[in-house]
Amino acid sequence: MKIFEYEAKTILAKYGIQTPKGGLATDVNQVREIASTLKPPLAIKAQVLVAGRGRSGGILFADSVSEAEKSAEKLLNMQIKGIPVRSIWIEEKIQVKNELYLGITIDRANRSYVAIASTVGGMEIEEVAAEAPEKVIKSLIKPQHGFRSFHARQMARKIGYSGSQLTTLGKIFEALYRVSMDYDTELVEINPLAETFDGKFVAADARIIIDDNALFRHREYKKRLLEGESELTPQELEAIRNNLAYVKLNGNIGVIGNGAGLVMATLDTIQFYGGKPSNFLDVGGGATSEKIAAALNIVLSDPNVKALFINILGGITRCDEVATGILKAKERVGVTKPIVIRLVGTNEEEGKRILTEVGIHVLESMEEAAQKVVKISKQEEER
Amino acid sequence: MGIIIDKNTHAIVQGITGTQGRFHTKLMLEYGTKIVAGVTPGKGGMQIHGVPVYDTVEAALEKHPANASIIFVPAIFAAEAALEALENGIKTIIIITEHIPIKDAVNVMTYAEQVNAVIIGPNTPGIITSEESKLGIMPAHIFMPGSIGMVSRSGTLTYEIAAGLTRKQLGQSTCLGLGGDPITGLNFIDVLKMFRKDPQTKAVVLIGEIGGNLEELTAEYIIKEKYPKPVVAFIAGRSAPPGKRMGHAGAIIMGKAGTAESKIKALRSAGVNVAEKPSDVAKSLARIIDI
Repeated sequence: MKIFEYEAKTILAKYGIQTPKGGLATDVNQVREIASTLKPPLAIKAQVLVAGRGRSGGILFADSVSEAEKSAEKLLNMQIKGIPVRSIWIEEKIQVKNELYLGITIDRANRSYVAIASTVGGMEIEEVAAEAPEKVIKSLIKPQHGFRSFHARQMARKIGYSGSQLTTLGKIFEALYRVSMDYDTELVEINPLAETFDGKFVAADARIIIDDNALFRHREYKKRLLEGESELTPQELEAIRNNLAYVKLNGNIGVIGNGAGLVMATLDTIQFYGGKPSNFLDVGGGATSEKIAAALNIVLSDPNVKALFINILGGITRCDEVATGILKAKERVGVTKPIVIRLVGTNEEEGKRILTEVGIHVLESMEEAAQKVVKISKQEEER
Repeated sequence: MGIIIDKNTHAIVQGITGTQGRFHTKLMLEYGTKIVAGVTPGKGGMQIHGVPVYDTVEAALEKHPANASIIFVPAIFAAEAALEALENGIKTIIIITEHIPIKDAVNVMTYAEQVNAVIIGPNTPGIITSEESKLGIMPAHIFMPGSIGMVSRSGTLTYEIAAGLTRKQLGQSTCLGLGGDPITGLNFIDVLKMFRKDPQTKAVVLIGEIGGNLEELTAEYIIKEKYPKPVVAFIAGRSAPPGKRMGHAGAIIMGKAGTAESKIKALRSAGVNVAEKPSDVAKSLARIIDI
């Protein structure tokens, strides 16, 4: 789960990392109040969770309170990559001598956490790593020892600092590690960490992603996720409530399947035959008919969907449960769009019988079914 | 033969009294797996499908020597269960549980590395050595004994491909899922090394997906070691958009890393036959085996 910049900065400040003085506003009056307590120039930053906010015009600068109001008004009426801006963070703009990158994330190949530092701040770290790998310093973190102050100092030295700046950077890095452990983060990064002309370090921007699977230890965020305060669409929320893995895509063929790998392969196969999937939806293992009905509801609520492909390979999932779920959904929401079903595995015969009785044809081959649904979607599109 | 588990594997089931634990204990017993005991704290003294239940792993092992454990414990307690098994000397642990926090998984993997234990999972369908032992939740009837080793990051997609192999009479030695999480125990390279040594395994099927760089590292390994057995691969997620988690916690393209394109390219440059569609895996293998 991504959290907002202002929340990330609030957490970092709590751990002793210097952040720019600022405040959060949801309307222009609040902007005026906050701006008048700060020393210009000011940075006015849209609080959205999409990447590339700066490039999309989500960060503006102002030299006075009235300019800040104008910028804020502009941002509050703006959508960034389709997400409306609901709040903005106003802070004192840092006079930057150097921009650094500090972060702690997961190193999957080494089954561990890794600390990353770079003298190239302000860019996506993957881009820096691709273009100038020598400018990215990494240090694997072994959980039995953690990330100690000497590790932090070693890294500070490798990016070219010494003396009191080295020890300060070390402390910032150590604090990041503590944030990472205390908040179960997948990623905590300060990018850029601004070095000022008087030799101090200030977190000019910060990003934190909390491990979704650890949200039970961080109930305040879990609660927010379920209340839909983090820019989720109604379909995404409905999916979370029903324990379904759902991702919206841009095509016109709705997809439901069991198992993440199988659903991904289903999307790929649809694309292989020239179709465009409208979503990823994995009902998981052992789905009940209720869950199947909820899944159909979510997928079919997308008006772009012209046809639906249900691909079930029953292991723990029982084909008869799936068939019953489809009938339930049909009764409840009156499914009118064409459905192509591929159903094999546990209780296959019973599942087929249930569906054939109401005139739904069931296929056995995933590829045959994919070709069929692509054809139907094209016919429907031409209507 | 096969790898990791065989007919000499004696296993305990941690979380045996839960719905999943109970259900799959029955199916594993039916397959012929030697399940010697179960563990659920507070439920010691019960029996599940004739298997005695204990409160702790220690107590179970005092009565029933075992060399493997399969874990069905809920995510919040699953890492604890794995540590309990490790501390009591079990060297092969299969973690079926999904949604274990990364921090907990890292702790388990670090400990396992120190004591030289093998962890499969978390979020894995488990492992099956055809007609010898099954420690997992996969439907057994789609597998048949043979010479193809299978290793995968996915569950149902593995069943899809395994069923395709079986239809073409291409039997399997051992088939295992690495798990769909970002942090897993075994990875592709570990398993390729094991298949290399297994005389029963003549060819390997590798089923990868978007996210991370394990497939790319595996390609490097295959080149470097001149891997002697043919490898056929399928990579799921060609159509996946960046930044979205496709069901598995580990299946996410971050920035430019982890795309299907990059993995397919790396594997092909290592001489791996990468299938376009799941059904092409069996077709490719049939050609290779004929030669």
